[in-house]
Amino acid sequence: MFFNEEFETLPREALEALQLKRLKAMVARVEKSVPFYKDALAKAGVTSDSIKTLADLQRLPFTYKQDMRDSYPYNLFAVPMEDIVRIHASSGTTGKPTVVGYTRKDIETWSELMARSFVAAGVHKGDIIHNSYGYGLFTGGLGAHYGAERLGASVIPMSGGNTKKQIMIMQDFGSTVLTCTPSYSLFMAEAAREEGIDFRDLKLRVGIFGAEPWSEEMRRDIEGKLNLSAVDIYGLSEIMGPGVAIECCEAKKGLHVWEDHFIPEIINPETCEVLPEGQMGELVITTITKEGIPLIRYRTRDITSITYEPCVCGRTHARIARMSGRSDDMLIIRGVNVFPSQIEAILMGVEGVEPHYVLIVERKDNLDTLEVQVEVGENLFSDEIKHLQALSAKIEKQIKEMLGVTCRVRLVEPKSITRSEGKAKRVIDNRNKA
Amino acid sequence: MHVEQISIFIENKFGRLAEVTRILGDAGVNIRTLSLADTSDFGILRLIVNDTEKARTVLKERGFTVSKTEVVAVEIPDRPGGLADILQVLDADGINVEYMYAFVERCGENAVMIFRFDETQKAIATLTGKSFNVLPGERLYSM
Ligand SMILES: [Zn+2]
Repeated sequence: MFFNEEFETLPREALEALQLKRLKAMVARVEKSVPFYKDALAKAGVTSDSIKTLADLQRLPFTYKQDMRDSYPYNLFAVPMEDIVRIHASSGTTGKPTVVGYTRKDIETWSELMARSFVAAGVHKGDIIHNSYGYGLFTGGLGAHYGAERLGASVIPMSGGNTKKQIMIMQDFGSTVLTCTPSYSLFMAEAAREEGIDFRDLKLRVGIFGAEPWSEEMRRDIEGKLNLSAVDIYGLSEIMGPGVAIECCEAKKGLHVWEDHFIPEIINPETCEVLPEGQMGELVITTITKEGIPLIRYRTRDITSITYEPCVCGRTHARIARMSGRSDDMLIIRGVNVFPSQIEAILMGVEGVEPHYVLIVERKDNLDTLEVQVEVGENLFSDEIKHLQALSAKIEKQIKEMLGVTCRVRLVEPKSITRSEGKAKRVIDNRNKA
Repeated sequence: MHVEQISIFIENKFGRLAEVTRILGDAGVNIRTLSLADTSDFGILRLIVNDTEKARTVLKERGFTVSKTEVVAVEIPDRPGGLADILQVLDADGINVEYMYAFVERCGENAVMIFRFDETQKAIATLTGKSFNVLPGERLYSM
């Protein structure tokens, strides 16, 4: 099933010709209207006329999150404010947020791409979409909302929080689709279980989960506990919001990037060279149709790989692998690069382990130490000390073998790991504290 | 013939043991005996109580990880080598003792030990076959 069959299945040749045309037009717009890009392009010695093939994209300068902060709030906008109909901002963990503006056409594009994403995930017009992404400055709530309306489904604008009410509404309104962060879906299922409600008895059919990295193991866990088909969605406010890329329900193997609007590249974050198909690196995205705030080669800091192999669903758009974390989240422990998602994958491979863990990194006597706290639920608990100790040892050994880093596993009581209603806090790094 | 025991996972945090006993006390559950096995990080608290199901329910409600295990209560003859005799008999039949601890109350003159075996039924058969006195759960819960 497609939402826009013509564009979703455009033959590669036609798709690339369209990308080139749109890339040139976008560069022509920003070199005129955005002083930042005018300077950056001049410095790089590129003009829109000198772009002859898609390979010329590699000659264009990168845009960093810092550039957006420096342009706070509106200096990267490419149109006058009277053409901006919506403003969103990312929650800056430090300092000022990054601000994005949308023209009416940008909102239409976003709605269509989100509608395409819903259909790719297996959602149709008759569905009742329970949207638990936050509404507000964050793009999640409104992005999914407009896409749901564009598709013609019934959308319940729940936003995040108030878990009890969420569960009641889901039960009473007969929600068939759930959109939220993967960790919040498990949090809700657990909260429901405590109220004596089994999520598997609800009408939910499809879950569209994003806004934080998750793993294949976590997907199995969610699908088992919620009895739905769990699909990964990707997006970021700088580029648009949710719906930049989505897994198709047919393959669930990589997320299709809507390439008629975005050009993805994978680069080595250290050397900045473009990496070949299949290699892991940082995702870089160029927006080619955006009017409000077009971005050239934006450094997403997300780690993934890309494939152009044809997909069983019939879509011709490239697929990026499930995010393996952010290059910012990457922990360097005694010189070894570790992503929290890798540890999660190992934990979830151990029988009985639930996806509730936290990593604590400390520095003792100039040496980094990693402690992995794992909750002991009923499925993991043994009445015998030696079994629990063997379990810790097994996890420690697997982490050492697979990631090359020594850690200490500490078994903790259930719920001693703080659950958040939004993104799960997985890492506590105490190294840079005085 | 076996005895029901509940086991609780607790972190070695100040006050957790007191909390468990308080929760049970408030629920009107009597602790017949208790043993704590611990490591530097965590411990397993093993209890025999007068109402196993109730204890389990109230502790689970409060978020504790709880399991039920089968153990065996054996009267130890009040003479030198009483315990050694029992262990020897079990050893001869290839039965492993996972852990054991003493029951608080005595049974007349004799002490009572609680055993966790790898094969509970086989252990009971061996012990009763050699005329050791295996105490039924009901007897212990109300002792
Ligand atoms: Zn596909």
